[in-house]
Amino acid sequence: MKTNFNYLLSVLLVVLFFNCKNNKEQDQVGPTNGTVETATEKKEGQAFIKDDASAPNVLQIAIGSKDHTTLVTAVQAANLENALVNAGPLMVFAPTNDAFAALPAGTVENLLKPESKDALANILLYHVTPGNYSKDFLKKFKKLGQANGKNVNIEVKGDDVFVGGAKIIASVPAGNGIVHVVDKVILPEN
Amino acid sequence: MKKIFKTVTGFLAIALVFTSCNNGESKSKSALSSNAAEKVYVAPGEHDEFYAFVSGGFSGQLAVYGLPSGRLFKVIPVFSQDPEKAYGYNEETKPMLNTSHGFIPWDDSHHPDISQTAGELDGRWVFINGNNTPRIAKIDLTTFETTEIIEIPNSAGNHSSSFVTENTEYVVAGTRFSVPVPQKDMPIKEYKGNFKGALSFISVDPKDGGMSIKFQLMMPGFNYDLSHPGRGKSHGWFFFTTYNTEEANSLLEVNASQNDKDFIAAINWKKIEEYVNNGGGTKMPTNYAHNVYSDETHTATSTMIKEVLTVNPLDVPGAVYFLPTPKSPHGCDVDPTGEYIVGNGKLSANLTVHSFTKMEEAIKNKKFDGEAYGIPILKFEDVLAGSVVQPGLGPLHTEFDGKGNAYTTFFISSEVVKWKLGTWEVIDRKPTYYSVGHLMIPGGNSRKPFGKYVLAMNKITKDRYLPTGPEVTQSAQLYDITGDKMELLLDFPTIGEPHYAAGCPASLIEGNSKKLYKLEDNKHPYAATSDAATKVTRNGNEVHIQMAMIRSHFTPDNIEGVKVGDKVFFHVTNLEQDYDVPHGIAMLGANTSELLIMPGQTETFVWEPKEVGVWPFYCTDFCSALHQEMQGYVRVSPASSTIPLSWTLGEDF
Repeated sequence: MKTNFNYLLSVLLVVLFFNCKNNKEQDQVGPTNGTVETATEKKEGQAFIKDDASAPNVLQIAIGSKDHTTLVTAVQAANLENALVNAGPLMVFAPTNDAFAALPAGTVENLLKPESKDALANILLYHVTPGNYSKDFLKKFKKLGQANGKNVNIEVKGDDVFVGGAKIIASVPAGNGIVHVVDKVILPEN
Repeated sequence: MKKIFKTVTGFLAIALVFTSCNNGESKSKSALSSNAAEKVYVAPGEHDEFYAFVSGGFSGQLAVYGLPSGRLFKVIPVFSQDPEKAYGYNEETKPMLNTSHGFIPWDDSHHPDISQTAGELDGRWVFINGNNTPRIAKIDLTTFETTEIIEIPNSAGNHSSSFVTENTEYVVAGTRFSVPVPQKDMPIKEYKGNFKGALSFISVDPKDGGMSIKFQLMMPGFNYDLSHPGRGKSHGWFFFTTYNTEEANSLLEVNASQNDKDFIAAINWKKIEEYVNNGGGTKMPTNYAHNVYSDETHTATSTMIKEVLTVNPLDVPGAVYFLPTPKSPHGCDVDPTGEYIVGNGKLSANLTVHSFTKMEEAIKNKKFDGEAYGIPILKFEDVLAGSVVQPGLGPLHTEFDGKGNAYTTFFISSEVVKWKLGTWEVIDRKPTYYSVGHLMIPGGNSRKPFGKYVLAMNKITKDRYLPTGPEVTQSAQLYDITGDKMELLLDFPTIGEPHYAAGCPASLIEGNSKKLYKLEDNKHPYAATSDAATKVTRNGNEVHIQMAMIRSHFTPDNIEGVKVGDKVFFHVTNLEQDYDVPHGIAMLGANTSELLIMPGQTETFVWEPKEVGVWPFYCTDFCSALHQEMQGYVRVSPASSTIPLSWTLGEDF
């Protein structure tokens, strides 16, 4: 008898509790969704922390360069901002605007379309190495493993270093790695 | 059956309460219907409103919490070694723990106090006292690191410390034990009349916070328990509670409780400062350590100082008076206006509150009630502002909310009691769990308290948390004090003994918090601020490795030519210039802790290899995606080896 009563009571409690909870949840549906949307628009994450003390990270260096506006647009289209401010270390081979402009007509426009987001990310990540090496130190390497999972070859010709056929024309140390400016877009095989 | 029905009815009643969903306006004071959780909830990613610096008591450290959440952010090592941060283990910070008794890696940290300007918190430094080996430390609130420790000579049980005056002119350190001054071999029972109680006034440089002992006032051989500065109208005075005016040297729990009244000593430090500035006082030979850490060399230096200026209170007429206060008063607290001086008489039924105005009047009229060792005693009735009658058992400490209310802790009756200044009426009382010592209102001992919360710090918790064997956590409890009645919001565990705390609005501190050290400012003699500057040198059996670290490698990471019997110094510089990217380093077999090195900083550990072999070192702080690859080897050869020193990185591709 006692057991039955306890059982009944538990069920009753559970029912009452859930009624209450459900009501609350329904009440909250609207505002909760609203908050999520706002947060997405607000762009949260390490890329958006205000920090005047640290050396600029690779993303900030790219953003600050007038020769890399296409690259920055592409990084934003691929939603890769937060990845580029990560603790890394990150070595970014940054093609100039001219390098992008040298691609066949329409290539950049196509890559910037929302449906090309994955292809674009694949190309951009092919320009990123988890590491931090000077141009001189890179001469020791035959190849590098890139962030898209593929390898890229290193060639040394005289004093020049070529990464996947792109020549390093300048280097800027960054807070979370280094930016090597290159004269070509490095395209993965497929 | 009847019993079952009763139970069911009871449960139903509870169920109804539960299911009311708190929709209606709740008048009930029960915890279930309160919004305590909401008041302490700081959402993920949000910041707390206040910093709380809670002393670690016998841990010797200072913990940084957020309020109202009670979240722990950092334990700042102060008087004790900390292997997590290498404090007191690395070569740079070992001098911080030097004393006249040698290296002392521990102390009992008690009373943090935040620096003030014009009587208000300015959030620049926290001072804290070490009780056992008398010391005062200063923590810089831009780096949250201990940057200075000064030893206090002629002092013992440095308890009535480390409270600051209104403009941080001085941080004050009073002795708990009276002792022979200078120390000498003599019978203990000849204490009475022969021991002295030193009250030290340590000046603070307004620019960099540099501390130096301005003078020591040599008081009669009582025990000086706690102290607080005057403020506003009483600025220029300092008040110290005393006990054991009996001058007993044994079984103090009985023998120090014989007198009906002990004293609050009122010290006119401005008057003594003037006397000293005009050449007054007696220089006395002594020996104490002054340890200073530099953010430029990332290194501490310890200097032994051989002289201290002492002042006999009888040489400065009108500077020192005794205010009779019942029975072994503990806390000595001054209200925000500077008018009321509260003596929390541990064994008294009532709380005694003195009036600064009445004190001045009595002094002017020379209304004395005799003297003790030549120091005038004022008449109790002449200085008394009022008493809070039987508010609780075992009063210890009082703080203020800036709205005319005072809050006093009672150890024996385990409660916080709120009472009104001026009318002395008790307004509210709330239990603590259990046996509360100090309490803290942010700014509660300044002209401008932030009277939103009071934090009670408890000595005993027993059943309040999951048990952890015989030793259970000590605890802090947060109360909302914005209403007439206090409301308990939160319990949270603390490190060591949460002896006392200082709180400050986060807005006064967070904007100044340093993010990293600039490499170009690094003046460490063994810094390697670039890969090109790394090297290994030998000087006899001393080997100095000047190493650099950056995500995700050490330069160099292969070192040969080290021999058994060498003393190997790893001077390691973190080349990062990026916020929140420290690196660590640890060496197999090194008889010390890891190093934890902030961006731009250089630290050193010593390794004395005892066996030949190839021994690894690695980064101990998860720094990057390739943290696990951040490692290296040192080859150790026999003492007779002729293998030359060599150091490389990435030679064998």
